[in-house]
Amino acid sequence: MSRTIVVTVLIALATLPALSSKSDQSAKDESVYAPLTRAPKKAQARTNPLAKDPDAVAAGAKLYEQHCAECHGDIAQGGKKAPSLLADEVQQATPGTLFWILTNGVVRRGMPVWSKLPEPQRWQLVSYIQSLNPVRAPTSAAPPAQP
Amino acid sequence: MLDATQLQLRTGRRRALPVPLFVRVSAFILLATIFFAVHARAQESPYIVTYDHYLEEPGSLEVEYFSTFGTQRAGNDFLSYWAEFEYGATAWWTTELYLDGQSTFGDSTVFTGFRLENRFRLLQQEHFVNPVLYVEYEQTSGADKILKEVEGHDVEADYSIPSAIARRERDRELELKLLLSKTFNGWNIAENTIATKNITGGNPWEFGYAIGASRPLALKASAQRCTFCPENFVAGIEMYGGLGDRYSFGLHETSHYLAPVVAWNLPSDWTLRLSPGFGLNDQSHRFLLRWGVSREFSGFGNTISRLLRGRQ
Repeated sequence: MSRTIVVTVLIALATLPALSSKSDQSAKDESVYAPLTRAPKKAQARTNPLAKDPDAVAAGAKLYEQHCAECHGDIAQGGKKAPSLLADEVQQATPGTLFWILTNGVVRRGMPVWSKLPEPQRWQLVSYIQSLNPVRAPTSAAPPAQP
Repeated sequence: MLDATQLQLRTGRRRALPVPLFVRVSAFILLATIFFAVHARAQESPYIVTYDHYLEEPGSLEVEYFSTFGTQRAGNDFLSYWAEFEYGATAWWTTELYLDGQSTFGDSTVFTGFRLENRFRLLQQEHFVNPVLYVEYEQTSGADKILKEVEGHDVEADYSIPSAIARRERDRELELKLLLSKTFNGWNIAENTIATKNITGGNPWEFGYAIGASRPLALKASAQRCTFCPENFVAGIEMYGGLGDRYSFGLHETSHYLAPVVAWNLPSDWTLRLSPGFGLNDQSHRFLLRWGVSREFSGFGNTISRLLRGRQ
């Protein structure tokens, strides 16, 4: 009985990474910014309640440095682990979409959920991300840069 | 009547692992992480027993030290401690190693075992309630007193046995937990259901619970770096206890605790936690004082990977 339990659990644990790599592979097959399009319409339509808060961008910058820069880069230029946040797909996304991504993460791609940050802090992060100067970073799915 | 030291001498048993070695191993790993990893400021929950649904960030290592002072009727008070090394393997899988030890006043200091824990996030997105599956294998002696959870019919009297005798009992346990958690309006509400099977003997499945609620003192972040900003403090309360076993299920003949908790996320990348706990019935320790310190090192996985590949 005990041995059966242990063997079952060990098999389950050994199987999980294999399932992970399979789902990770399928995740790599799609555009890195595709998760932005999955935000429900209701979430996309949400407006940033801190849009007019003069401190929101500065507070968001502090939060970005603490929680996001490790993967997305010091100036949001992207890195090996996470895409650039200066790309059109991000900069043209609605505040509600960015908030939804922050809240839900993109777990299959390695971005954790950030709902542990209180809602106002997530909106402060949105304010900061949208304050970044967009660089027309070429991506596979990006439309041609506008003049 | 023999005291614990005499008993230990008479039995001629060596300590399984001397405490200095345990301390040295922990210190080595801690120093290695400090030297080889960059750090990130933690945003940690204040719970000491209850788990919420948030896992370690991928590639990050969190090094934690916790301690519990427990009062003991009909026995000596004790100080137990454990080190945790928690690694985010993926965004949905966190794995962790625990090393446990305890000192009983007027008795002895012993290493009491280790635990290997894995937590799996079951759903990819946030939902009304977010489930996480917890699977742990533990190999501890009967002298273990870290009280990381209460299960079955754990009562205060179990902890009054002298360490030299208690440590002869070797337990190998499989522990499963279903962690349910939700964060709403800044409040985190978490509930853990625990099921444990001692796989060394014919003991029945034992059950326990832990529930917790917590909230940062401020929801908005301030624009400046600060030590005493209210958003750096998270306060809450947790309650935990046993639920008997499969033959005798319920809240009776086991112990229950209520414990306020507070965490302070310091700008210097450390998190401090404090939790005074109070026993709620005669089978519980009257008072438990728990505290902990932790630090998260992001990029640990990448650093180790680079070291193993011989690249800078």
